[in-house]
Amino acid sequence: MATHAHAAAHDDHDHKPHGWRRWVFSTNHKDIGTMYLVFACTMFFVGGTMALIIRAELFQPGLQFVDPQFFNSMTAMHALVMIFGAIMPAWVGLANWMIPIQIGAPDMALPRLNNLSFWILPFAFLILLGTLFVPGGAPAGGWTMYPPLALQGGDSFPMMIFAIHLRGISSVLGAINVVVTIMNMRAPGMNLLKMPMFVWTWLITAYLLVAVMPVLAGAVTMLLTDHFFGTSFFAASGGGDPVMFQHIFWFFGHPEVYIMILPAFGIVSEIIPTFSRKPLFGYESMVYATAAIGFLSFIVWAHHMFTVGMPLAGQLFFMLATMLISVPTGVKVFNWCATMTRGSLSFEPPMLFALAFLFLFTIGGFSGLMLAIVPADFQYQDSYFVVAHFHYVLVPGSLFAIIGAVYYWLPKWVGRMYDQKLATWHFWLSAIFVNVLFFPQHFLGLAGMPRRIPDYATQFADWNMVSSIGAFGFGFSQLLLPYIIIKCVKSGAKAADRTWDGAHGLEWELPSPAPFHSWESPPSAAVIARGAEH
Amino acid sequence: MSTPRGQLERDNKRLTGRLALMALGSFAFGFALVPLYDVLCAVTGFGDQKALARAAEVAPQAADESRTVTVEFVADLPNVGSWEFRPVIASMQVHPGKLYETEFVAKNLTGHDTVAQAVPSVAPGNVAGYFHKTECFCFTPQKFAKDEERVLPVRFIVDRALPRHLDRITLAYTFYDQSIRVGQR
Repeated sequence: MATHAHAAAHDDHDHKPHGWRRWVFSTNHKDIGTMYLVFACTMFFVGGTMALIIRAELFQPGLQFVDPQFFNSMTAMHALVMIFGAIMPAWVGLANWMIPIQIGAPDMALPRLNNLSFWILPFAFLILLGTLFVPGGAPAGGWTMYPPLALQGGDSFPMMIFAIHLRGISSVLGAINVVVTIMNMRAPGMNLLKMPMFVWTWLITAYLLVAVMPVLAGAVTMLLTDHFFGTSFFAASGGGDPVMFQHIFWFFGHPEVYIMILPAFGIVSEIIPTFSRKPLFGYESMVYATAAIGFLSFIVWAHHMFTVGMPLAGQLFFMLATMLISVPTGVKVFNWCATMTRGSLSFEPPMLFALAFLFLFTIGGFSGLMLAIVPADFQYQDSYFVVAHFHYVLVPGSLFAIIGAVYYWLPKWVGRMYDQKLATWHFWLSAIFVNVLFFPQHFLGLAGMPRRIPDYATQFADWNMVSSIGAFGFGFSQLLLPYIIIKCVKSGAKAADRTWDGAHGLEWELPSPAPFHSWESPPSAAVIARGAEH
Repeated sequence: MSTPRGQLERDNKRLTGRLALMALGSFAFGFALVPLYDVLCAVTGFGDQKALARAAEVAPQAADESRTVTVEFVADLPNVGSWEFRPVIASMQVHPGKLYETEFVAKNLTGHDTVAQAVPSVAPGNVAGYFHKTECFCFTPQKFAKDEERVLPVRFIVDRALPRHLDRITLAYTFYDQSIRVGQR
């Protein structure tokens, strides 16, 4: 919060409310962005604690610390908190902070709606985390909420549904705001194909959110009416079909996967050119590849549920469509490599996280390709191989991109430079431990260890122990992140306006820290031309 | 872009309205997937619940004595203790085209008069279109007195058009107590 105390000191004509009113009634995109990021960081540590409970129990075979019901609650809650509480709000926070200043707009288009979308979140998560204290415990049927298991959750079930509804409303409002801002608020001369990649990826992400979050709302509403009002959408006894829930859920669920990764593509496309001191290779192909991934995300959902039984034609279609996604994704990976080719590379912390993203996300992409193959998927389904796959795309994928973005723009936000040596330590500890944590889970899965179980056969003991050691190493290394940020805010050295010598974009044309109100008059054509050299 | 303030606000409102409509459309689309799902099942015949749960009208076929198909019977209950439910025989050897009859036995252990409904399912899913039941206790809810035990008949024909590589079909019933559902209506 001290962030903005500094921002104020540097800009005389900034007048803003003080005390709690500033935050509760805030309509300022930077303040709301900060609140989103602080919220996401808090939830990241809550979800991380749950992950460590899981890994502590799995350190050795047998039941040591928690009972199986609570263990299952932890797997379900860890996923719900990390997906909806950490990764998604972090992206919205970055969008709030960066999109207006990257397109030369004074603020988001709908500032009051912006306040509402943020303040729904803490209440949604109060309800969700509150389920830990109700009779019967927190939801334990997995974050996918498959009926009929999810319906047996006792008191936690309606609370979980209500939390998801609230969270969905927050997302849709936030996404509408992003689209309206990008479409209507760009500075004159900032046409669509001059926008920074982060803005582009967020535009497509926002459309995905508007298209699929309401579908999830529909699916959980059906669960609710099945349970309390005697409908039978998914109840076989009344002519419904539980498999239909999986179809509707994954029609939301697969685009949701891209909602969590597309902004990461945008971040990496900002960081790599900066530290390669070269424009992004193939800017337009990046834009089209992002759009292609967004489109394909709607027609691949059934690859999450190959084993429910479906016609051969269906299996072939979903397998081939899924594999097709690797084409635009490959375009992106090769473009990033080409950007670095013959560049003057330097390895500051944001670049290190972007490079780790490039390597490790690609590993996650390859295991995803393996899972897309129907006959192989029958073997891998619900095994630790799946756990390894989606953690590779989410942790060194989305999370590393978020951390990279924080290290990239933190000097712009607070006007001070962070301890780069410590941040480099943070990087190496994270990059090593994340592999110790998740790579052995591939072996466990291929050897047949199922996911979501508190105990396992003794042949899985060694790799589980290695994985748990990695988990604790990774978890505790992350404490460096808030420490580095707080230290930077309190006592960092003054940062230059253009913090990184290779950085382009309108945000670097503003002073550091970015003033409370920025681009109140739009930037000139010359400034835009200088900023928009991709 | 470089539009006057009032114009910009109008543009923002219009686009916000459109996006809100898009979100509402998505919400409605989630529900529209329900009938679409049934349509897809009916068109492909894959695990088609509607067809499985109603009497089939089959034109008389000559039995195909050259082929023998094993039909297995499975009885299932959603929870243990309040019902007894089992097939009289575990499996039958049948010829496609010929009408067969078998029986299931159900006993009400709930301790009161009640109504129950059996929900059928066949495996593999793609034989749903070739397995015709001309009579089945699963078509209608069944009334049971307290402690009543009853024999429930099923009559079925396996279609002659059944793909040749299939030689085994499983017919499964799950027996649901409907008293709560019926009581509500």
